[in-house]
Amino acid sequence: MTQQFDNLTELHQALVNKDLSATELTQQTLTNIHDHEDALNAYVTVNDDEALAQAKQADESGIDADNVFSGVPVAYKDNLTTKGLLTTAASKILYNFKPVYDADVVTRLRAAGAVTIGKTNLDEFAMGGSTETSYFGTVHNPWDTTKVPGGSSGGSAATVAAGDVLAALGSDTGGSIRQPAAFNGIVGLKPTYGRVSRWGLIAFASSLDQIGPMTQNVTDAAAMMNVIAGRDERDATSSSKEVPDYVAGLSGDIKGLKIGVPKEFLGEGIDEGVRDQIKTAIKKLEALGATVDEVSLPHSTHGIQAYYILGPSEASSNLQRFDGIRYGYRTPNAKNLEELYVKTRSEGFGDEVKRRIMLGTFALSAGSFDAFFMKAAKIRTLIIEDFKKVFADYDVIVGPTAPTPAFGIGAETKDPMTMYMNDMLTVPANLAGLPAVSVPAGLVDGLPVGLQVIGRPFDESRVLNTAFAFEQNTTFHELKPSMSKGGRA
Amino acid sequence: MNFQTTIGLEVHVELKTNSKIFSPSPVEFGDNPNANTNVIDWGYPGVLPTPNKGVVEYGMRAALALHAKINQHTHFDRKNYFYPDNPKAYQISQSDVPLAQNGWIEIDVDGKKKKIGIEEMHIEEDAGKNTHNPNGYSYVDLNRQGTPLIEIVSKPDIASPDEAYAYLETLRQRIQFTGVSDVKMEEGSMRVDVNISIRPYGTDKFGTKTELKNLNSFNYVKKGLQFEEQRQQRVLLSGGQIQQETRRYDEASNETILMRVKEGADDYRYFPEPDIPNVEIADDWIKQIEETMPEMPERRRQRYVDDLGLTDYDAMVLTQTKEMSDFFEAAVAQGADAKLTSNYLQGDVNAYLNDNHLDLQDTKLTPDHLAGMIKLQMDGTISSKMAKKVFKAIMDGEEPNDYVKAHKLVQLSDPAQLQPIIDGVLDANAQSIEDFKNGKDRAVGFLVGQIMKQTHGQANPKIVNKLLMTSLNTR
Repeated sequence: MTQQFDNLTELHQALVNKDLSATELTQQTLTNIHDHEDALNAYVTVNDDEALAQAKQADESGIDADNVFSGVPVAYKDNLTTKGLLTTAASKILYNFKPVYDADVVTRLRAAGAVTIGKTNLDEFAMGGSTETSYFGTVHNPWDTTKVPGGSSGGSAATVAAGDVLAALGSDTGGSIRQPAAFNGIVGLKPTYGRVSRWGLIAFASSLDQIGPMTQNVTDAAAMMNVIAGRDERDATSSSKEVPDYVAGLSGDIKGLKIGVPKEFLGEGIDEGVRDQIKTAIKKLEALGATVDEVSLPHSTHGIQAYYILGPSEASSNLQRFDGIRYGYRTPNAKNLEELYVKTRSEGFGDEVKRRIMLGTFALSAGSFDAFFMKAAKIRTLIIEDFKKVFADYDVIVGPTAPTPAFGIGAETKDPMTMYMNDMLTVPANLAGLPAVSVPAGLVDGLPVGLQVIGRPFDESRVLNTAFAFEQNTTFHELKPSMSKGGRA
Repeated sequence: MNFQTTIGLEVHVELKTNSKIFSPSPVEFGDNPNANTNVIDWGYPGVLPTPNKGVVEYGMRAALALHAKINQHTHFDRKNYFYPDNPKAYQISQSDVPLAQNGWIEIDVDGKKKKIGIEEMHIEEDAGKNTHNPNGYSYVDLNRQGTPLIEIVSKPDIASPDEAYAYLETLRQRIQFTGVSDVKMEEGSMRVDVNISIRPYGTDKFGTKTELKNLNSFNYVKKGLQFEEQRQQRVLLSGGQIQQETRRYDEASNETILMRVKEGADDYRYFPEPDIPNVEIADDWIKQIEETMPEMPERRRQRYVDDLGLTDYDAMVLTQTKEMSDFFEAAVAQGADAKLTSNYLQGDVNAYLNDNHLDLQDTKLTPDHLAGMIKLQMDGTISSKMAKKVFKAIMDGEEPNDYVKAHKLVQLSDPAQLQPIIDGVLDANAQSIEDFKNGKDRAVGFLVGQIMKQTHGQANPKIVNKLLMTSLNTR
């Protein structure tokens, strides 16, 4: 039924007007999710009973007219802790893990009245770009179920694109919100590092991870940011900078906006169809009054190398706590402590996670720390400097989100390097901690393509407004997979 | 062949902040296992460390007490290793930029003074505790997990077990004076790791070092090092080689016993902790700590000698602990004589503490009461003999003036009352007067004894003596 509503504002109005109840909405949402689940496998856990109870509660206490999330179902990536509700990070090692606390973003959305509809599937511990490494099976792209949904927030992207929910949360360490948003024709924002609290996000790479909204349109992403952004004392890296009203910032006016397009973002390795689509999009922005120049981020081409050292290094440390001692999977076959560790982790982690743990462990080892970790940290600094230089003269940076549209399931899993190269356009914003959004920019061979807008630190408003201007003057966001119109893909 | 000994000490000190270093859980000991823990202490998925600013401040106080230079741009690092008492499988510590570096403290061994360098001092979190039950299960208690620690690493300046002992004494004393820790070995708030190597005199290269564990008191540190020093000499002199190994000190046999041989260095894969922003320490902050630093023991010693007229020895003993020193000062501030107060603290009070295995702050004695008693003695209200009784009473928490009144312990000092008694005693002991005139001094003692007897011991001996002599000479 939510597919009758294109955005949160309309849905909210219907709830306030009692055209439908929160219970009816949640019931219909659950039906849609279950209808799509065979084809998509977008969820690890659908929260049927509790969601209905929450919806009933919302009906009983009355829909809050000032709160656009009141009584609205929201899906959470399954690496966000939810009190009492299974939280697995799509790993066998947490197959039975029920947290005793909510992530800060979940607390905030609950307080805003959101109904927890379920926990979406992801690449195991968010490590991957196709949602094929989940212990709970591959997620399929609602536009073409033979294609991947991207990743790692593939489940959140698929369920939003399929029209089950209007809003979901994802996490983005190297593109894990933006790339699946692009592959599914939806909007995904990775906020500035520190804008949203990471409390309750099961860490992959602490200096890169950031939680952000995945929605069908820019306004809804802004509305979600209004709820989740802000300082949290429990996350020392979260910023106490004032949070603006992101929805109010959406004027749609980009006259005089100075746009830089890095030549590295349209060069080698970019699919021709994608390049054409993005060039058309850039012309559109120009037509709307922005000025566009080619710029250069010379070190961004080394972003992937730096990212695949720094990310796994932090991950190798972050994932050490999964040792079978206190929670989650524990091997039944251990005879002593050493075996308990080795077997629990050997049996509990999947191949991609093991690969990254080994990469990171190696990079941090005494003999390779300087040559790998330190060097990668230096590249990171150079990339930050590149961005600073460009942002001295330009307001936003624009380019494609991903080098290709969604690829076939199984096409790249055999070759990690090809898979890793998919992140080349998204990784720089993580390394520099910058806000970046992906907004639908049309189809190539029937599959969605995303336009990426990167901004200065804490300049989410301008980033979102650029995307909003583009969205409001194009019809790409109205393109939906047939599945979302009630049909089955 | 003669050998030169080099000893390195790594001292861990628990800081007594209210809450843990990275979580709001209380720092409390002796509670039920895991009572003082939360999701952060459990290393739960999704949690983050919340740094306690007070820990950095306490660390800075300790650093200043060790004359160390504070690094104003510092950060935390992760030290990675698996163990059940280490729930994240990494310890948040500091590696390449510790909170402070390059300090020193001065030790005194048999009157010989020597500066011992401090290589570095960093802050980190403590681990939990594992216990192994005979039922086959091991239990993990995370109450201690996240307790703030400072680790103080000495430079290779310590050349003998005696110097190591003096270093630990001085270190404990200085940290204790800052008030940031109880620094008690027996309670685990101070822990010592020791390494020792020897090399022939004249060689530049340090010998292979061994590490010693299970050193639960300063004395055991000294004894363990003494044994190990001798053992290494025996090995080298018999043509053997020292292995890089960890040895356990056995209290019963007073020997060190091989635990494990080290093969290569541990690789803890240190890297900067990404969950905690860098720690920036502004000049103002350091200045503020400097201005509020308590007086260090050597300053106090100087003052006790210069201003209060105590001996060097007395000043040294009184400043062994901050409690004793503070107590002394409070009593003197009440008007008690410094020397008398010093004597009481070192004598009767110390004996009481030793007999009852108590610390000063655990007794009922207050500086007010001690000063009160000493003042009664000073103005002659009570005799030193009476003071013994009063001392017992004040150790039980009684107020000295009230006690003296209640027990009629007031000394008889009024000549108008004493003279008739003296006259009576003299009248009754003509022989003693005769003996006195013949130069037998013992007669005086006898007469005083008689007078004391008549007054039930309450006569002021000074006044009695004076009046008696006058009376004797006029007879």
